[in-house]
Amino acid sequence: MYDFELVKPTTVEEAVAALSGDEAQPLGGGQTLIPTMKQRLAMPGTLVSTSGIASMKGVSASGGVLTVGGATTHGTVAAEAASSYPALAALAGGIGDPAVRNRGTVGGSLANNDPAACYPAGLLGSGGVVVTNTREIAADDFFQGMFTTALEEGELITAVKFNIPEKAAYAKFAQPASRFPLTAAFVAKTSDGVRVAITGASEEGVFRWTEAEEALSSNFSADAVDGLSVDADGMIGDIHGTPAYRAHLVKVMTKRAVTAAG
Amino acid sequence: MPTVSMTVNGKPTTAEAEGRTLLVEFLRGPLGLTGTHVGCDTSQCGACVVHVNGEAVKACTMFAAEAEGADVQTIEGMANADGSLGVIQQAFQDHHGLQCGFCTPGMVMSAAALLKENPKPTETEIRDYLEGNICRCTGYHNIVKAIMAASGQDVTAIAAE
Amino acid sequence: MPKDHGIGAANKRREDVRFLTGKGRYTDDININGQAYVHFLRSDVAHGKLTKVNTSAAEAAPGVLRVFTGKDFEGIGGLPCGWQVTDRHGNPMQEPAHPVLAQGKVRHVGDAIAAVVAESYAEARDAAELIELDIEELPAVIDMKAALADGAPKVHDDLTSNLCYDWGFVEENRDAVDQAIKGAHHVTTLELVNQRLVANPMEPRVAVGDYASHSDESTLYTTSQNPHVIRLLMGAFVLGIPEHKLRVVAPDVGGGFGSKIFHYAEEAFCTFAAKQLKRPVKWTSSRSEAFMTDAHGRDHVTKIELAMDAEGNFLALRTDTHANMGAYLSTFSTSVPTWLHGTLMAGNYKTPLIYVNVKAVFTNTVPVDAYRGAGRPEATFQLERVIDKAAREMGIDPVELRRKNFVTEFPYATPVAVEYDTGDYNATLDKALELADVSGFDARAAESAKNGKWRGLGMNCYIEACGIAPSALVGQLGARAGLYESATVRVNATGGLVVMTGSHSHGQGHETAFPQVIAEMIGIDESQVEIVHGDTANTPMGMGTYGSRSLAVGGSAMVRATEKIIAKAKKIAAHLMEASADDVELKDGAFSVAGTDKSVAWGDVCLAAYVPHNYPLDEIEPGLEETAFYDPANFTYPAGAYICEVEVDPDTGKVTVERFTAADDFGNVVNPMIVEGQVHGGLAQGIGQALLENCVYDENGQLVSASFMDYAMPRAADLPNFSVDHSCQTPCTHNPLGVKGCGEAGAIGSPPALVNAVVDALQRNGKDVKHIDMPLSPARVWAAMNG
Repeated sequence: MYDFELVKPTTVEEAVAALSGDEAQPLGGGQTLIPTMKQRLAMPGTLVSTSGIASMKGVSASGGVLTVGGATTHGTVAAEAASSYPALAALAGGIGDPAVRNRGTVGGSLANNDPAACYPAGLLGSGGVVVTNTREIAADDFFQGMFTTALEEGELITAVKFNIPEKAAYAKFAQPASRFPLTAAFVAKTSDGVRVAITGASEEGVFRWTEAEEALSSNFSADAVDGLSVDADGMIGDIHGTPAYRAHLVKVMTKRAVTAAG
Repeated sequence: MPTVSMTVNGKPTTAEAEGRTLLVEFLRGPLGLTGTHVGCDTSQCGACVVHVNGEAVKACTMFAAEAEGADVQTIEGMANADGSLGVIQQAFQDHHGLQCGFCTPGMVMSAAALLKENPKPTETEIRDYLEGNICRCTGYHNIVKAIMAASGQDVTAIAAE
Repeated sequence: MPKDHGIGAANKRREDVRFLTGKGRYTDDININGQAYVHFLRSDVAHGKLTKVNTSAAEAAPGVLRVFTGKDFEGIGGLPCGWQVTDRHGNPMQEPAHPVLAQGKVRHVGDAIAAVVAESYAEARDAAELIELDIEELPAVIDMKAALADGAPKVHDDLTSNLCYDWGFVEENRDAVDQAIKGAHHVTTLELVNQRLVANPMEPRVAVGDYASHSDESTLYTTSQNPHVIRLLMGAFVLGIPEHKLRVVAPDVGGGFGSKIFHYAEEAFCTFAAKQLKRPVKWTSSRSEAFMTDAHGRDHVTKIELAMDAEGNFLALRTDTHANMGAYLSTFSTSVPTWLHGTLMAGNYKTPLIYVNVKAVFTNTVPVDAYRGAGRPEATFQLERVIDKAAREMGIDPVELRRKNFVTEFPYATPVAVEYDTGDYNATLDKALELADVSGFDARAAESAKNGKWRGLGMNCYIEACGIAPSALVGQLGARAGLYESATVRVNATGGLVVMTGSHSHGQGHETAFPQVIAEMIGIDESQVEIVHGDTANTPMGMGTYGSRSLAVGGSAMVRATEKIIAKAKKIAAHLMEASADDVELKDGAFSVAGTDKSVAWGDVCLAAYVPHNYPLDEIEPGLEETAFYDPANFTYPAGAYICEVEVDPDTGKVTVERFTAADDFGNVVNPMIVEGQVHGGLAQGIGQALLENCVYDENGQLVSASFMDYAMPRAADLPNFSVDHSCQTPCTHNPLGVKGCGEAGAIGSPPALVNAVVDALQRNGKDVKHIDMPLSPARVWAAMNG
C-alpha cells in the first residue's frame, strides 16, 4: 500500500483536528479499509485511528435506546448488547469472523456503507441516529446509496443510537465466498409499526421495503408478506445471484426474520 | 522511521515500523517470528491470526502501530514452558489436524481463542467459529476433531464417522 | 490389533512438531543477506499490443536497482511445455512461445510486462506505477467455441488458429462407435461444464533467486512440488544453465494440489535477475496475484453420449470435449485433457467401444493445467453423471446399472489403452452402501421434509490411473520427461539411515510414512530413519510429487534401494558370522543364520561397513549406501464408491451436504491416518468444486472471481464429518508395496455423487431437473427449480 501517517488521538477533539488535514481519513478497525489499501485503491495521507479514544467505545441501553460508541467492535456489541437488544447483538455476532469482529467497528462499517454490509440494515431497520462530532443524523437520512452517506468530509461517527424495538430479528443469506449478505433482512416491530431494512440486494445499498412494512404493521406474521413481490429492477446481479434471485431472497429473508422475531 | 514497542510472547520488543507496516510484517520481519503466515490479502484466510491483548485478530489486517504497548501472542508462544506441545498443539498432532502446516498457526490461535470463550464447544460451534480460517488440505474433519479433543471431549464418535 | 509401528501403523506425524510451533521453514521464511525484491507490472487487459513500455522514470525511482522488460529476455528461452500431443491427423499440436516477460503482446490479465527490482517491495511497487505503458487493446477471446469460430481474434498471431490440437482417441474406433450409437436401443446424452477452478494452496507461490559469483552457481528457492523438474526445465530450456551450476530448493511447501508442479516465469526471472544484479532477488505472490498467475484447473465443456441395449448393458460411449488451455501452454497442460482424461473414460465399466474427441483451445485467460486429479475428475464426472441420467431414463436403479456393467475380471484391458491390474468394484460399492446407511435414507428424508427441506441421495463409482507413470509408455504418448522416481538410502556407521528421495512432501507426511516402510523392512525403529527431500543438491534426480505417485513410485524406489542395502548387509553379516549369505536372515534388526544361534545386530553390520577391519574387502566395497531408480510397469488404479446425501432448501436453493461416505480401494496402506487425511482433503476439494468454487471471466477477459471475496473456498461449516473407509484392499500387482495412491481420489470421486444427490432431491420433489452445472450455488439450484 501507499505510505501514510498513522495518528492515534485519545480524544474526539484531537481526532477531529487530525481529520481536518489533507487526505485524512478515520481508521476504525480497518477490516475493509486495509484490504482496500493493499490493492492501492485508497491512498489516504493520514489515517486517524479511533482505537485509542475511550469515549467512543462501549455499549449502553437506557430509555429504549441502545447507544454504541463509534469505535466499539462488533465483538463487543455481540457480547454487551445480548440482553438489551438481542437481534442487534446477533447481527453483530454474525459479521465476518471472530477475528474480524475483534477489530471491526460499528462506526467504520456505517461510514463505509458497503451495499452488502450488515450494520446498515441494523440501523435502518431499528431506526435511530448516527451521532457525529457535529450533529445527529437520522438513520433514514444517513444512507445515500452504495458507499455513500450523509457524512461530510472530516466528520466522525462518535456513537450510534439504535431504537430498541418490541421484537426484531436479522436474517442473513450469505454470499458463498465473502460471507457478506447476498441478501439480508432486518425486521423490527415497534408500537409505531414495523420497519424492514434490506441489505445486499439493491444497487442503491440498504433500503426499507415499505410494502412489507405496511403489510407487517397490520399483521406481524410471515404470511403477511406472501402476496407481495419485489421488483428485480435495480437489484444487484453478479456471479453469485441474478437480480431476480436477490429479489426473491428479499422476500424469503424478510419472512424468516419475521418468524425469528416471533 | 518511527518505532513500535509491544510485548510479544512475554518478551518486550521494539522495532522500526512505517505507518503502513502491518502487524504480520512486523512479526515476520524485524522480529523474525515467521510462524505467522500470510495466505491472502482480503482478510479471509486466517493464516495470520495472532492474539492481541488476549483477542484473536488478523495480523495482516492491523497496523503494527495499532498494537503499540499491546500484549501479543503468536504460535511461537503456544508451547509449554518446557518446550513440549501445548494441549491444542498436541491434539492437532494426535488427530492429524494439519497437513501442509501453512494454515496451522492461525488455526491453533483461533482454536485457543475459541476454547477460552467456550471451553466445551459443540462440533457446530467449532465449525462456525472457524469461519475465518481456511484450510485447503484437511477438509476440516480432523481439525474439528482435534479441537474437540483439546477441549477434553470424547471424539471416538467422530473417529467412527 | 492395529500395528504400532512399521507398515500399517497410524504413526503420528513427526513434521507436525515444527509446523505446530511456528518452526516450519517455508520459502517466504527464507531471507538472504542483501536480497532485493521484485514486483511485476502485470497487464490489466486480456489482450493487447504493447506499443510503449517506458521504464526510465521507474529506473530513477528511490531504491530501484533495475527494471526488466521483455527486451531483456529476447534470445532467452521461453517456458517449455512438457508434453507434445499429436492430433487426430498425426500432426503435432500448435505450440506457441511462452516468454518470461511479455514480448510485444499481452495475452491475459496478469501477463507480466515488466519487473521492477528494488531494495524493498514497497519501492518496487511504487516504481512500477511510474512505468509509462501504452497498450493497444485487442478483442479478447474468452469462450472456447467462439475462439474456434472463423475469423476469431488469434491469441497467437503466428499460429494458424486458436486450436492447439484436435485429438481423437482411439481414432480407429471412431466409426465403430458412431455405428454402435446409431444402432443402440437407447442413447443417453448429457452436455455439461466442468468449470474452471483455482487450486489455491494456502501458501502463495514464492521464489528467491541467489547467485554465487565465486562459483558461478545459481540457487533458486521455490514453492515447488518437484525441484528437479524445475531445475531441468529452467536450466535446459529457459536460462541455459547446466544442472551442475544450478540448485533448486523447495523447502516446506504449503500445499500444491498440482499448481506447484509447473515451471513459472517468476522462478526463471528471480534466478536470472539474481545473476544479472549479483543480488538475491525475492518474489512473494499475494493472493490476488496468485489468482491471475497460478495455473488454473479443469475448464472443460463436454457432450457425452452413452449407448445401451434394452437391458442397460453399455455398448458404446462417445465424448466431445473442448478443453481450455488459456493463453499459453503450461508445463503439463496438454496432457491433462488427453492422456490423463481419455484413458479413464472406461471408468469401472466394460464398455466395449469408446471414442473421445478433445479440442484444446487457446483463449485470453490464465493458462490451465493439472489440479488435483487432473483429467480424471473430468472423466469421472462426465461418466458418472451420464450413467445416473441413463439410469433414470432406463428406469433402472443407478446402483444396479453400475453393477451390471462393472469390470469384474482382472487384469482388464480397456478400449482406451490402459490395463487395470486388479480391483473389486462390488466390494467398495457394498462397503459404501453399508456405511452410508442407505436403508435409513427414507426416514431421514421424511425428517428433512418436516423441516421444509428436500433430501436427496447420490452415488457414483470412480477409478483413476495414478502412480504416474511408466516412462516408455508416456514417452510414446508424447511426454518429454521420464516419470520414474529415485531414492538413495545412506546407512550411517552407527546404524541410522538417511533416505534421499526425489519425491517431495507438501503436506503428505512423507517424513513420517516413508520411514515406516524402511523400518518394517529392516526391523528397526522409525526414529532411526530420516527423510531428505526438496533439494537438488542432496537428492538424486527424481520427478517429484503429483499424480498420487509418491508411495507407489517413490516408495518403490526406496524399497529397491533398501533391498540393495539389505543384500549387501547380509554379505557383511555372513562374513562376520562366518556363514553363507544365502543362509542369513534379517529380522527385527538383527541378522542370524538359520538353524544356528549365530546373530549379529544391524548396527554392528553397519559399523563393519564403515570400519572394515574384519570385512570381505575382496568381495564387496566398504560403505553402505545404495541408490535405486524405479520406473513403474503400469499405472496403479485406485477405485471406489462414494455416496452423498444432501438437503436442499426449496426457498433459497441452498444445498447442504448432510452425509458423505467414501469407500476406497487403495491397495495396501502404510499409514492409515495419513491416508484418511488425504481422502478428507480430496473430498473437501471435490465438494468445493461441486458446490462452491468457480473461476469466472467476463466477456472482456477480466477475472471476476479474483479473490476469496468472490472465489468461494470451502470453510469448516460447509462440510460435514466424512465417513471414509479403505478396508477393501486389492493390492497393486506390479509394485513392491502393493500400494495404489490416495492423494487425488477424494477430489476425483466426489463431485458426481453430490450433483447426483441434488438432482435426486429435486426429482423426488417433482422438479424435472436433469442436470445443473457446477458449482451448485444457491442461485443456480433455485433457478433450476424455478426454470
